[in-house]
Amino acid sequence: MSATGARLPPPWVARLCVIICLLILWEVLGRMGTALFFSPFSKVVMTGHQIFFDAEVRQALLTTGWVLALAFALSLILGLVLGLAIAMSKFTYQTFLPVLLLLYAIPQITILPLFVLYFGTGPASKIAFGVSHGLFPVAVSVIAGVQGIKPILLTSAASMGATRGQIFRRITLPYLVPSLFTGMRLASTAALLGVLLAELYASAGGVGHFTRRFSETFQPDKLYALIGALALMAIALNEATRRLERRFSKWR
Amino acid sequence: MSGAAAGMGEGVTGRLSRRGRWLSFLTKLGVFVMLMLLWHAVTVTEIVSPFFLPQPGAVMTVFWRILSSGRAWPDVSVTFFEFAVAGPLAVVTGIFGGYLISMTRYSTIVLEPVVSSLYAIPIIIFYPISIMALGIGPESKIAHGALFGFFPICLNTIQGFSGVDAIYLRMARSTGATKAQLLRRILIPAAAPTILNGVRLGLMLCFLAIIGGETIASLEGLGHRIVWYAEGMQMTNMFAYIVFVILIAAVMNICLSLLELRRRGA
Repeated sequence: MSATGARLPPPWVARLCVIICLLILWEVLGRMGTALFFSPFSKVVMTGHQIFFDAEVRQALLTTGWVLALAFALSLILGLVLGLAIAMSKFTYQTFLPVLLLLYAIPQITILPLFVLYFGTGPASKIAFGVSHGLFPVAVSVIAGVQGIKPILLTSAASMGATRGQIFRRITLPYLVPSLFTGMRLASTAALLGVLLAELYASAGGVGHFTRRFSETFQPDKLYALIGALALMAIALNEATRRLERRFSKWR
Repeated sequence: MSGAAAGMGEGVTGRLSRRGRWLSFLTKLGVFVMLMLLWHAVTVTEIVSPFFLPQPGAVMTVFWRILSSGRAWPDVSVTFFEFAVAGPLAVVTGIFGGYLISMTRYSTIVLEPVVSSLYAIPIIIFYPISIMALGIGPESKIAHGALFGFFPICLNTIQGFSGVDAIYLRMARSTGATKAQLLRRILIPAAAPTILNGVRLGLMLCFLAIIGGETIASLEGLGHRIVWYAEGMQMTNMFAYIVFVILIAAVMNICLSLLELRRRGA
């Protein structure tokens, strides 16, 4: 960008400065509020990090981790199957896509208590709720991917005598990869949101349980440390899937 | 699947035949009717315990009672009060923040990734902090809802303003447009569709975040009422309130979409 000018620092330096400014702001605000609710950045780093040496907290992070992994994997598989089934033919597409979009439009948060009633307060309800968030983005992206295949490719393949199986393997699947990665990125954030929502609502283990415990016992440094770690994990997960997405959609 | 082979040449978006359209409509209707009948059948015969799934008829009766008696009013007013504060807050801060960030090319390049990284964080994890700092009343829901709504609005505003074709700007400047004219005549009209799309998304997220906040920890509001009935095992009431909230969300979504469409048409 020529507009950046010669005297301005490169964007990443400026970005770093912005982040440092935000942390300083946190430090100042944290010192201004009462120690009961607020904790400055330095204190969170100095004393809050101790929670990661606590076996229970580690266990909770592990629990949330595998619940999320399972919810993500299930969303991916079910979303892919559902998306391919709907995009299988013109008829299924035009019949079931509106049904899927209608279901997608239902705010899942309203039925969170149902998940807990049906699946209990254990990991099952978190996985199910995570899947309910992650499933739709995958299915919709897969359908959008199939929709975007150039008709001429299908026609020419069919005219050269390709079977349905061959068309699926040679055209549909490769064309699906970029949108599948888009779906994966959206699903990972959505599933994380679902899992954390369910954990905050009712859980005996997992990260949600500890955020609740730390906030109810007024230990803001520990609470902020846990939340900060989760936030960093979420950013890393998003960045990783975004890189993958960019890499796999280059060929098109 | 004879339609599949025929439709192969034109992908899945092509027009169905007349018979196909009828079949499609009937199938959609059939799916809905079958689900309702199944729900009715398993609850009437008590294959599924009424503690888990109430009868659809009973849910509808309670739902009409909620609508006609106005007994949901206290909860509706709390939730809508929270939304009435948080929604505009998110819109104003989001658009203003996005405008500031997109003022120069450099600030856009520097700050846009920061905002979009922050957007990747599930904001729900900050909710315990807002409960801790602001208490269990409406304040924590307002803060949470506004934060949820802020990001899509801010990001779309950045995208809208920075996506304006440079040719328009150059042309306006060369014909001697003032800064205010540039903003009113070029930037705002060009960016409006993207920004409005963000506003719709942000307001929906804001509303859902408020309901979610009420579900997790609250003493009042629609989200709280659903949980309250769930914990009291009053399934019919709970289902009726779920239907109620889903309908409110649907009506809101339709209204916001209409607003967006009308703006686009103008």
